[in-house]
Amino acid sequence: MSELTLLLIRLAFLAALWFFVIAAVGVIRTDLFGPRTAPAPSRKPAKVVKPPSRAKKGDPRQLIVTGGPLQGTIINLTETPITIGRANDATLVLSDDYASSRHARLFPQDGQWIVEDLGSTNGTFLERSKVTRPTPVPLGVPIRIGKTVIELRK
Amino acid sequence: MSAVDGAPVPMTAKRRGAQLAMLAFAVLIVMGAYASVGVGLDGKIPSGMLTYGLGLGALMLAAYLVLARFAPWGDPLLLPLVTLVNGIGIVMIYRIEHSGKLGAGANATTQLMWTALGVVMFSATLIVLKDQRALQRMTYTAGFVAVVLLAIPAVLPGKFSEVQGAKIWIKFGGFSIQPGEFAKLALVVFFAGYLVAKRDVLALAGRRLLFIDLPRARDLGPVLITWAFAIATLIVEKDLGTSLLLFGTFIAMLYIATQRTSWVLIGILLFVGGAILAGMAFSHVEARFNVWLHAEDPTLYDAGGGSYQLMQGLFAIGSGGILGTGLGLGHPQNIPLSFSDFIFPATGEELGLTGLMAILMVYALIVQRGLRTALAARDPFSKLLAGGLSFILAWQVFIIIGGVTRLIPLTGLVTPFMSAGGSALLANWILIAVLVRMSDGARRPPPQAIQDEGLTQVMQR
Repeated sequence: MSELTLLLIRLAFLAALWFFVIAAVGVIRTDLFGPRTAPAPSRKPAKVVKPPSRAKKGDPRQLIVTGGPLQGTIINLTETPITIGRANDATLVLSDDYASSRHARLFPQDGQWIVEDLGSTNGTFLERSKVTRPTPVPLGVPIRIGKTVIELRK
Repeated sequence: MSAVDGAPVPMTAKRRGAQLAMLAFAVLIVMGAYASVGVGLDGKIPSGMLTYGLGLGALMLAAYLVLARFAPWGDPLLLPLVTLVNGIGIVMIYRIEHSGKLGAGANATTQLMWTALGVVMFSATLIVLKDQRALQRMTYTAGFVAVVLLAIPAVLPGKFSEVQGAKIWIKFGGFSIQPGEFAKLALVVFFAGYLVAKRDVLALAGRRLLFIDLPRARDLGPVLITWAFAIATLIVEKDLGTSLLLFGTFIAMLYIATQRTSWVLIGILLFVGGAILAGMAFSHVEARFNVWLHAEDPTLYDAGGGSYQLMQGLFAIGSGGILGTGLGLGHPQNIPLSFSDFIFPATGEELGLTGLMAILMVYALIVQRGLRTALAARDPFSKLLAGGLSFILAWQVFIIIGGVTRLIPLTGLVTPFMSAGGSALLANWILIAVLVRMSDGARRPPPQAIQDEGLTQVMQR
């Protein structure tokens, strides 16, 4: 076996190894940039109570926990409602003495996300005001539940 | 209220196709490596290539099918990444087995058999463990099991438990296992369960001094107990690696749970203090430090149990250079134990810096997938467990590779998935199965309500 062949085999193997690594990174690209098939808004957003600054490019895609023990958790928004509470079957399970087992839920309606308090003991707060009836949630406005703060992001 | 407008509900992709493609790619690379070793050794493609390759391929296909059936939303990358490092490990062991007298002890067939057993354990874990939160109920049982597993070799007579100075084995007949490898997993489960229950008191009580929050003195208990335990492992079992691994993992998980830097500082101070004391009091620990600090000293190089092995490893990495000598063309027979602790330098000689970096990237990606699972998990126990398991994997890679490259004192740990050794391989496959199980729970889309309004909701579990 000539030197040249061995050299080519060597380089080809290293190239294949790196190609594998790059392919693997390609598979997890969605982690960084979100799924390519983003939930398309089925209708134009109706009247928004507080027009968010960047609303023109569409609806929120992610729910991000910005404060509390679960800080950094990201939930991708689909068309399904999101429940929040201490119950094990909630979408976002809190371990917080200030939260009720079924504390609040978020659901999409007419292109907006609505937050609804499910009769919690300590209340759900949208920015500073207590949520008493289903209220639309603008992008980037903090919702506070016990020690946890969540936000909708694009 | 019409929440869903008849449009198909977009969901997180399962990426099953991508997983299968990556798996096939990994098996192909391993077959390529095997062929390349044969060409390097005797100038022809070895006859066993198809057997080995198809064997590995069939195993991984089985693992894939179990994963697709029992954890359909599981992470698509973990299995292919692990397949690649495990396969390259087998090829390197095969290569060392055929490198002359010092290659004795390496046996690729045994390693392939252990891999098969590992895949069986992987599948069994996925099938039995339907929900990782079941582990939370076993918090204290897991802690007890871990302590027993770690203590068995310490109390057994040396004849049954000691190999090359480390008292970490259980030997009976021709068969030996390292219970510490399984104890690691049980300990991470215990730490996760314990910290979920206690983290509020650990995080919130205490007072502030300068810029760090000091915990209360009585909350130091668990840290001190774990520390004492780690030091005891170090002294009784003469196993610096496991001791460092366990204590580091506990500190990291404590930090994940409480987000308090003070715990990390306290942990580092305790461990460094303990290690220095142990270094002064016990000759075998001191010898390790000497070898690390003065590896180039000719007297140490020639001394029995000196720096010969470490320096041979460094020479191997050095002669590999950027591109390596090529598979099958290096001299792994010059490094004692090149098939177990020193598989990384042996690989480094033949694949060079480029290859080593690729392998490290694969490890980094495995850890990234684990940490990503921790971020996406929805309950605190799963978060801590996934974080702890990923950290213990990363920490183990760091300790052994840092050791063989002389960044930190060398400790006898296995390189996960690569080194010859059944217990470690089995334990690590179980670890990956638990991570896959948790990523399945984290990536599964939330249950859908069949009603639009009202308090009653139907939950799928």
